[in-house]
Amino acid sequence: MLKTLRRIHRIGLVTEAAPCEDQAMRVREVLGRRILQIMGRALCVRMVDAGSCNGCELEINALSNPIYNIEGLGVRFVASPRHADLLLVTGPVSIHMRDALLRVFEATPDPKLVVAVGDCGCNGGIFGVGGASLGPVSNVIPVDAAVAGCPPTPTRLLAGILTALSPSEGR
Amino acid sequence: MNLKTWIGAAAPLAADPGIRRIVVGGEDWRRIAEDLAAAGGRLLALWGQDAGAGYPAVFAAYATAAGLLLAELPFEAPPGDASIYPGLQDLFPFASRMQRAVYDLYGLRSTDADTRPWLRHAPDGGYEFVRVEGDGVHEIPVGPVHAGIIEPGHFRFSVVGEKVLRLEERLGFTHKGIERRFLDFDVEQGCRLAARVCGDSAVAYSWAYCRALEDRVGVEIPRRANWLRALALELERIANHLGDLGALGNDAGFAFGLTQFSRLKEGLLRATEAAFGRRYLLDTIAPGGVCGDLPAAAGAALERELAYVAAETVALRDIYDEHAGLRDRFVGAGAVAPELAARLGLTGLAGRASGQAYDLRTDLRDAPYDELRAAKCGAETGDVAARVTLRFDEVAESCRLGRRILGDLPAGGVRTNVPPPAADSLGIGIIEGWRGPVLVALAAAAGGRIRRCHPHDPSWQNWPALEHAVIDNIVPDFPLINKSFNLAYSGHDL
Repeated sequence: MLKTLRRIHRIGLVTEAAPCEDQAMRVREVLGRRILQIMGRALCVRMVDAGSCNGCELEINALSNPIYNIEGLGVRFVASPRHADLLLVTGPVSIHMRDALLRVFEATPDPKLVVAVGDCGCNGGIFGVGGASLGPVSNVIPVDAAVAGCPPTPTRLLAGILTALSPSEGR
Repeated sequence: MNLKTWIGAAAPLAADPGIRRIVVGGEDWRRIAEDLAAAGGRLLALWGQDAGAGYPAVFAAYATAAGLLLAELPFEAPPGDASIYPGLQDLFPFASRMQRAVYDLYGLRSTDADTRPWLRHAPDGGYEFVRVEGDGVHEIPVGPVHAGIIEPGHFRFSVVGEKVLRLEERLGFTHKGIERRFLDFDVEQGCRLAARVCGDSAVAYSWAYCRALEDRVGVEIPRRANWLRALALELERIANHLGDLGALGNDAGFAFGLTQFSRLKEGLLRATEAAFGRRYLLDTIAPGGVCGDLPAAAGAALERELAYVAAETVALRDIYDEHAGLRDRFVGAGAVAPELAARLGLTGLAGRASGQAYDLRTDLRDAPYDELRAAKCGAETGDVAARVTLRFDEVAESCRLGRRILGDLPAGGVRTNVPPPAADSLGIGIIEGWRGPVLVALAAAAGGRIRRCHPHDPSWQNWPALEHAVIDNIVPDFPLINKSFNLAYSGHDL
């Protein structure tokens, strides 16, 4: 126990307050503020893998590490779509995941946002559309923001969530 | 016939004399499997093809004490009832799902009694699970969408109270037609798709793919490129092990572990990005070598990072070892005893934790592992604790290997030209990824196109063993046991 406590004390807080990348700094600052403004509470996110290669999941998981500390920004990953405000969906959507994805979407209460993650979630990526792949997430459910990358970095994922929260034309 | 006779009857494959190929009829297909199983041979992969690849056939790749043997069973008749071939599920239980997949994708039926669809689901989504009957038995269905940030699949538990009587897996949800998709690419581009069969093992897949391509055209990969490939493979192993060690601590209620290990992993990913230009090495290995050289300064920084990761992991291991709560959850949970592991064909990391001491890096010693001399890690108890121990050992060893590579990196070029392979030539590449042996079989068509490509994940062998590992454990321990195996869905579902 003593070793554990000593270690916690020695390493201290490693969360990046101001990452070197300009855009990253802006995203972190704005995202936290925006969530508080709109929601007045944590933004609840449900992640759905609709057929990805597991690359995007690695980076989505990294959001929870102490460096990005997404919970510190007021974003919480939840286990049920019924608790979610936003769906983070990776693709390409496989034929076998189509129904499951539709059910998750229907189970998420309105108003809800959907962020398509990764090149495959955005446009089908290297798997394309055809055969057992239905391609981009937008082929199955409406998408509010898309985060490109293979896989997208955690910073880009944060920026994608921010985009979905930002008011835009026609929404 | 014994092992030597079969090996002698087989012809060496292209430029790689380590792999021998034998074309057989149905009777010999079965006898090879029997003889090799009796001699301690292991089935690495079983796959099929239809007339689209020239002619319908099934293939089986075996690892034996005398080298790798590829058995091929071609069919003259088009797929239909005539193409029933002898199944191998009694000799290698995990072959059953591969045979079901061969039928789903290529219409070739084996004699296996289990004819339920596997990778291609029924149009109505239905599936006949094996029912457990008895007083107080009930079922818990889980998935395909899981509670955490993981891949989709379905688990059906039959339980009494909290005790698991039976687990039945149902996979194939991420099936996206990867094997068909390969046909849209030429052999050069195919490497990018290979890296995305299973994103967490991108280096292993792209290297295995390149091996399958390069060996047959007789290309000599620059020594520096080969060392950089090994560096990438070890970085992939360390990153995944760090992630798992953290997640395993978290699943046992020790959030401190997740915080510490995910912090270490992030540091390693950043050093990787500085050295290779990206956090995950999906397009680092390409036919002929690697994409881009390592900047000297980034190499030195990476070496320091590996030293740091190694030292920190030792300190964290001490904390894990002394934590009574963790020991309580880890020891004895999800155990697969060595005898059962051998019978089930448990492979790779999970296999080594259950006394199955196979590691291609030390068993085959393909370059550059002939020079690097990786040490084989192993454990015997086969429980969650053993798989945790093995990860700690392998992180230490891979950090050592990575530092050795960076310290003695040979000079020279990092990429050479790869001429297109001859039409109809077949190549096999296998690489010990972090999860286990990854195999890629690649048949070329005219003009550098792909005629047939089969990527095989070690998860095919290990998923059925997970069903055994959870028997008699309690439901709340399943996430922990499952994570300790950490098997692939996408790599398996193709």
